[in-house]
Amino acid sequence: MDLTPSEAQRMLRHSAERFIAEHYDQAARRHAMQDPMGFKRENWRKLADLGWLGLPFPEEVGGFGGGPVEVAILMEEFGRGLATEPYLSTVLLAGTLIAECGTQEQQMVLLPAIINGERLLSFAHYESDARAGLSEIHTVAQADNQGWMLHGRKMAVLDAVSADVHMVSARLPDVQGAGLALFLVPKDAAGVRLRDAPRLGGGRVAELTFERTLLPPDARLGTGGDVLPAIEGVVDRAIAALCAEAAGMMRSMFDATLDYTKVRKQFDRPLAANQVIRHRLADMYVQCEEARAMAARAALPVGADSDSTQRSLAASGAKVKVGRCARNVAEQAVQLHGAMGVTDELDLGLYFKRLLVFEALFGSVDYHLQRHAKLFGNSRSE
Amino acid sequence: MSLSFTPDELRFRDEVRAFIAARLSPELRRASSLNVSFFSYPDIVTPWQRALHERGWVAPGWPQEHGGPGWTATQRWIFESECAAAGAPQLSPMGIKMVGPVLMRFGTSEQKKFYLPRILSGEDRWCQGYSEPGSGSDLASLKTRAVRHGDHYIVNGTKIWTTHAHFANRMFALVRTSDEPRQQDGISFLLIDMASPGITIRPITMISGDHDVNQVFFDGVEVPVTNLVGEEGRGWTCGKYLLEFERGGGINSPKLRHALEKVRELANSDLSCKAISHPEIATKLSDIELDVQTLEFLELRVLSALQRGENPGPVSSVLKLRASEIHQAISRVGVEMIGQNALVEERRRPLHALNDEPIIPEELLSVVARHLNGRANTIFGGSSEIQRDIIAKQVLGL
Ligand SMILES: Cc1cc2nc3c(=O)[nH]c(=O)nc-3n(C[C@H](O)[C@H](O)[C@H](O)COP(=O)(O)OP(=O)(O)OC[C@H]3O[C@@H](n4cnc5c(N)ncnc54)[C@H](O)[C@@H]3O)c2cc1C
Repeated sequence: MDLTPSEAQRMLRHSAERFIAEHYDQAARRHAMQDPMGFKRENWRKLADLGWLGLPFPEEVGGFGGGPVEVAILMEEFGRGLATEPYLSTVLLAGTLIAECGTQEQQMVLLPAIINGERLLSFAHYESDARAGLSEIHTVAQADNQGWMLHGRKMAVLDAVSADVHMVSARLPDVQGAGLALFLVPKDAAGVRLRDAPRLGGGRVAELTFERTLLPPDARLGTGGDVLPAIEGVVDRAIAALCAEAAGMMRSMFDATLDYTKVRKQFDRPLAANQVIRHRLADMYVQCEEARAMAARAALPVGADSDSTQRSLAASGAKVKVGRCARNVAEQAVQLHGAMGVTDELDLGLYFKRLLVFEALFGSVDYHLQRHAKLFGNSRSE
Repeated sequence: MSLSFTPDELRFRDEVRAFIAARLSPELRRASSLNVSFFSYPDIVTPWQRALHERGWVAPGWPQEHGGPGWTATQRWIFESECAAAGAPQLSPMGIKMVGPVLMRFGTSEQKKFYLPRILSGEDRWCQGYSEPGSGSDLASLKTRAVRHGDHYIVNGTKIWTTHAHFANRMFALVRTSDEPRQQDGISFLLIDMASPGITIRPITMISGDHDVNQVFFDGVEVPVTNLVGEEGRGWTCGKYLLEFERGGGINSPKLRHALEKVRELANSDLSCKAISHPEIATKLSDIELDVQTLEFLELRVLSALQRGENPGPVSSVLKLRASEIHQAISRVGVEMIGQNALVEERRRPLHALNDEPIIPEELLSVVARHLNGRANTIFGGSSEIQRDIIAKQVLGL
C-alpha cells in the first residue's frame, strides 16, 4: 500500500489547479452561465489540448491510460472552480461506455473525436426518479429491417443541448432474452425532441423525447448482450468522480467562509472571534477532510480488477458520506455569510446549488445508504 | 385548559371557512401556492387584503379601537389556521404585525389616526429599514444619520436587505440622531416617505433569482419631525418592541403545517414517484410533523399569554428559532423527494405567470426555489446564532 501520489499525479494536480485559477473566476462563471451551451467551447478545446479529455481512455485509441485516481484529481479541481464543461457526460459517462462496450469501429471513430474535443455526447438514461435505480427503463428500441426504431422519454439529461450525439438506453422487446441496449442517436435525427433548461448553479439539463426515431443498424453500441452491468460500473465510477468534484466545491465554500468570518466584523470583532463560529468552522474543516478522504478512497478500489460489489460499496459509501458532509458545509457556509450568503452577488450560492445537484444526481444519500446496507450485508455473508 | 373547540368556536370556524370559500378564488389560491418568496407579490396580496378589509378581518391581533376584529386568542388561531390551510396569500407583516403595534404603543394620536387605517386598507405598503451593510446582527452599530434642521430631519446613509422596498411607499427606519457612549441611546425611529427626493433603490437578486430585497440610499432626504415615533434617541425601545412582535407575535405553525401538508401531498403523488413509499421519506415527514406539533403548542401558549395582555417576551426567540429551522426542514425534504428533477433551475418570476411549458411541472420548480429562498429563514429577523445568544442571556442569565 502506498497512498502518496505519483509524480505524474502531482503534476496533473498542479496543472489542473493552474488551469482552474486562470480560467474560472467569477466573471468567467457568469459568462458561461449566459452561454446557451452552458460552457465556453474554447475551454473545451483547451481541455483537449491539455490531453485531459483522453485521461481515462486506453493509449491504443489516443487516450492517456489514466485511472479513477487521475479522474478524481481533475474533478476535484473542476469542483473548486465550478467548471461547467460536460466532462462528466462526454468523457466519464458516454465516452467510457464506448470504450467498454463499443465495437472496434465505434471506438476508433468516436473516441478520437471525443479526445480531440470535436464531439460531445450526452448520456440519456434516467426516466423517473433516481431512487428507482438504474434498471427502471421503459424506452424501447424495436428492430426493423432498416435498423431500429426508438420510442421513449428521458429526464434530467445533463448537457444534452451541447451534445452532437446522445447515448440512449432502451429495452429490446423483440429480441429474445435481451435486457438493456445503448444507442447512439445523432442530435438531428428525426423524431428527437429536446427541451433544454438551465441547470441549477450552471450548465444545462434537458428532457429528451424519442418518437419513432429511426436509427441505422450500427447505431447500437457494441454487438449485443445486456449493457446494464456496464452502465452500473460506469455510473459507480462517475459517482466516485462526482464525490471528488463535490469535495472540491466544499473546499471552495469553506475557504470563502473562513476568509469572510475573519474579515466581517459585528459587535466590534470579527465573526470568527466567537467560539461558536470557530467550532463551526472547525467542524466544516473536518467534514471537508472527510469528504476528500472518502472521495479519494472511492477512486481506489474501483479499478477494473476489483469485483463489482466492492466497487458499488465504495461508490455508495462515498455518496452517503460526502453527501452528508456537503450538505452541512454548504448550509453552514451560507448561514455564516448572513444575508450576503443568500444573494446572487457572491458565487457562494452557485456552489450551494451545485452541491444540491451533486446530492440529487444518481441517487440520494438515503438511496445509497440503503444500497450500501444491502451490499454490505451480502458481502459480509460471503 | 383544553385543546378542543367550543360550539361557538366551531361556528366561528365555519364562518371563516365560508368566507374563504366565497372570496379566495382558485386563481389566487394557485398564484399563492406558486409564490416562492416570503412575501407575496402585490398582485396576489392586494385582492385578498381588500376582501379581508371589507370584512374587518385584516388585523386579527389588533385591538378593536384601532380596527381589529376583537377576537379571542382561539379565534385568531382558528382564523390563521383556516387561511393557511386554504393556501391564502400572506399579507405583508411589515404594516400589520410590525409598525402597526409600534404606532399603537409609541405613536402620537395624529400618527395613529393617519397611518393605522391606511395599513388596514392596504393603501400604505411598508418596508423595514433596520439593517445596513456594516450593521446586521449588531444593529446598534448603525450609521445612517438623521440631523435635525428646524422641523425636518436630513437623512444620509444607506439601508440594505430592505424587503420589498421597491413596492413600498413608506419605510420605518432606525437612524442615528446623536453619538452617545452607549450606541443604542442615539438611535431614533423614523417614518420615511419612499417618494421623498434623495432616495434611490438598488435591487439585489437572491440565489433563487428572486428580487425581494434591495439596498436603499438616502442622500439628503428630508423627513418631517412629525414622523418621529416616540422620543428622539429612544428609537431602540421601539425597534426592540417591534422585533419581539416580528419574532413571536406571529403565528407560524399553521403556515408550517400547510407547507408540510403540501410536501406530504407531493410525497403521495406521481410527481415524486410516490416518495412516501420509501420508509426514510415517511419517517422524515413524521419527524417534522412532531416538530410542527411542538411548535404549535408553544405558540398556543404564547397566544394565551398575549390574550391576557402580556408581551411575547424572550420566548419569542424560541419560536423564531424553531419555526425557521422547521421551515427549512420541510423545504429540504421536498427537494429530496423530487430527486433529479431538482436539477432544473427556473429564475423567471412570478412562476404563476409563466406561459411556456416548463420541462418539469411548475409545482416542482417551486419546490427548489422555495428551498433556496428558505435558507434566509435562519438569517433574517435575527439569525439563529443571535436567537441563541438572546436565550442564553435573557432566559438563562448567562
Ligand atoms: C431575505 C432577507 C430579508 C431581509 N429583510 C430585511 C428587511 O426588510 N429589513 C431589514 O432591516 N433587514 C432585513 N434583512 C436583514 C437581516 O435582518 C440581517 O441579514 C440579519 O440581521 C443578519 O445580519 P447580516 O446579514 O449582516 O449577518 P452578520 O451579522 O454579518 O452575521 C453573519 C453570520 O454570523 C453570525 N453572527 C453574527 N454575530 C454573531 C455573534 N456575536 N455570535 C455568533 N454568531 C454571530 C450570524 O448569525 C450569521 O450567521 C433581511 C435579510 C434577508 C436574508
